[in-house]
Amino acid sequence: MSVFTRGFHGRRRDDDGRLPPGQYLTDDFPVLSAGPTPQVSLDHWAFAVRTESGVERAWSWAELTALPSETVTVDIHCVTRWTKLETQWRGVSLDTLLDDVETAADFALVHSYGGYTTNLPLDDLLDGQAWVAFEYDGESLAPEHGGPARLLVPHLYFWKSAKWVRGLDLLLQDEPGFWEQLGYHDYGDPWREQRYQGD
Amino acid sequence: MARAAVPGRLRARRAWRPAVLLERRTESPSARTLVLGVDAWAGHLPGQHIDVRLTAEDGYQTARSYSLAAPAAGDRLEITVQRADGGEVSPFLTDELGVGDRVEVRGPLGGWFVWRPADPGPVLLVAGGSGVVPLMAMIRARAGVSRAPFRLIYSVRTPDDRIYAAELRRRAADDGGLDVAYVYTREAPAGGSRPPGRIGADDLVVHGWPPDFEPACYVCGPTPLVEAVAGLLVGWGHHPERIRTERFGGS
Amino acid sequence: MTQTETTGPYDGNALAGPLSEVFALEVTAALARCRGCGQSAPVATLVVYGPEPGLVGRCPGCSDVLLRVVRTPDAVWLDLGGISALRFAVPT
Repeated sequence: MSVFTRGFHGRRRDDDGRLPPGQYLTDDFPVLSAGPTPQVSLDHWAFAVRTESGVERAWSWAELTALPSETVTVDIHCVTRWTKLETQWRGVSLDTLLDDVETAADFALVHSYGGYTTNLPLDDLLDGQAWVAFEYDGESLAPEHGGPARLLVPHLYFWKSAKWVRGLDLLLQDEPGFWEQLGYHDYGDPWREQRYQGD
Repeated sequence: MARAAVPGRLRARRAWRPAVLLERRTESPSARTLVLGVDAWAGHLPGQHIDVRLTAEDGYQTARSYSLAAPAAGDRLEITVQRADGGEVSPFLTDELGVGDRVEVRGPLGGWFVWRPADPGPVLLVAGGSGVVPLMAMIRARAGVSRAPFRLIYSVRTPDDRIYAAELRRRAADDGGLDVAYVYTREAPAGGSRPPGRIGADDLVVHGWPPDFEPACYVCGPTPLVEAVAGLLVGWGHHPERIRTERFGGS
Repeated sequence: MTQTETTGPYDGNALAGPLSEVFALEVTAALARCRGCGQSAPVATLVVYGPEPGLVGRCPGCSDVLLRVVRTPDAVWLDLGGISALRFAVPT
């Protein structure tokens, strides 16, 4: 039974229909992290997809940026309650990267430089729902926001959009990533407010 | 000492408890001292902090940690809050929370970054900005109770940003065992001998204790300052185990 | 539960409140031995990221994750897997 503090509102939560439940609108771009910003040289950077049978396909920075890329404008929703509307990114669609992968897997475990991981269903990476993004707002993605490249999966809470992405494992069974191991939701749909396990 | 540094009913120590604002004081253009009343407060050691929780009418809650600014005085606690522009909580506490309003507190917390008045040795205190708050608790706790020689080096941007300036001047004047020195990083007073700039090895040598005095060192403030000063102290020859730090984050 | 007025990283002093819900003993003065590099350090000196989406305490020596804490509305989740031993001083 909490004590209410007169006059305290916290961040204003305007409801204009573009905000998922419990979110507030922000104009800035908060930086949250679980560790120091990794320093990754483009000469050594790679993005690797590994299937459940151990077959691996990798792209160097030159190879990734030579692939067809798209510019997308999306709303992003952080589980810490801020939402940022109409953010602009450029990246390579996961449809392009996963195009000729042979797999029976239903799940993916995403890996980042620095050790961060996150899990999501493979279906949620396909059909125009996800990118390996390397530009934000018309400029190279800054390291504090996940540069050189991050995963971008805007229909899920933003902790799934792993910064400093280095690859993903395709798995037959779901395996919880860094925050999912500690109580965050395996799926994370902001519109159903799936913040924590059991929501 | 493992148990919370100060014995107390375990359930009371861990739970959130109501607190009422008894008094507010202006310490600087951006800092206010809040005096909170908490029933049956069992006391605390200088250096410890409390967590303060605010609950909005719709149930939204958020909490922040604040160092206790003064020794235990019955049911009265003092914290000094620095307003951070754009912060969710600090501007509310400095500008809007009124006498009679209630919050919740948890504590006292932190058993490592503490000074015990029974410790006899010299003490070096290095503060950056609002990092002076827990060190002020130590200075206030020492008064009349301990003869341990204290030196405070307090880094602020400009003279106007100093918190507790008048009280520190009075205490240093009244007590030969307390020395206070300021390091200004942006704007120094006219006629000062030190040009503005970040705290450096020279400032520690001039105003601090040398390593062979084996002082207990407490460094508190923004993370970059704390790390720089701790590194300088170790580089000078102070033993790392005699240096206790508290990082407030930020720049 | 919380955001902050400043950006991190912080140190293990910031863990005192959240871990007070779980530990009977004061934890910031306890020594934690890193499973990765074997160094021991007071919990107060861990390099702490967070507090959102959770608190992450890293070894001041090698940066490995020593502990993680998440507070959900009805639970405290705690992972101490990066710590191979915790030593609490107990008064004699």
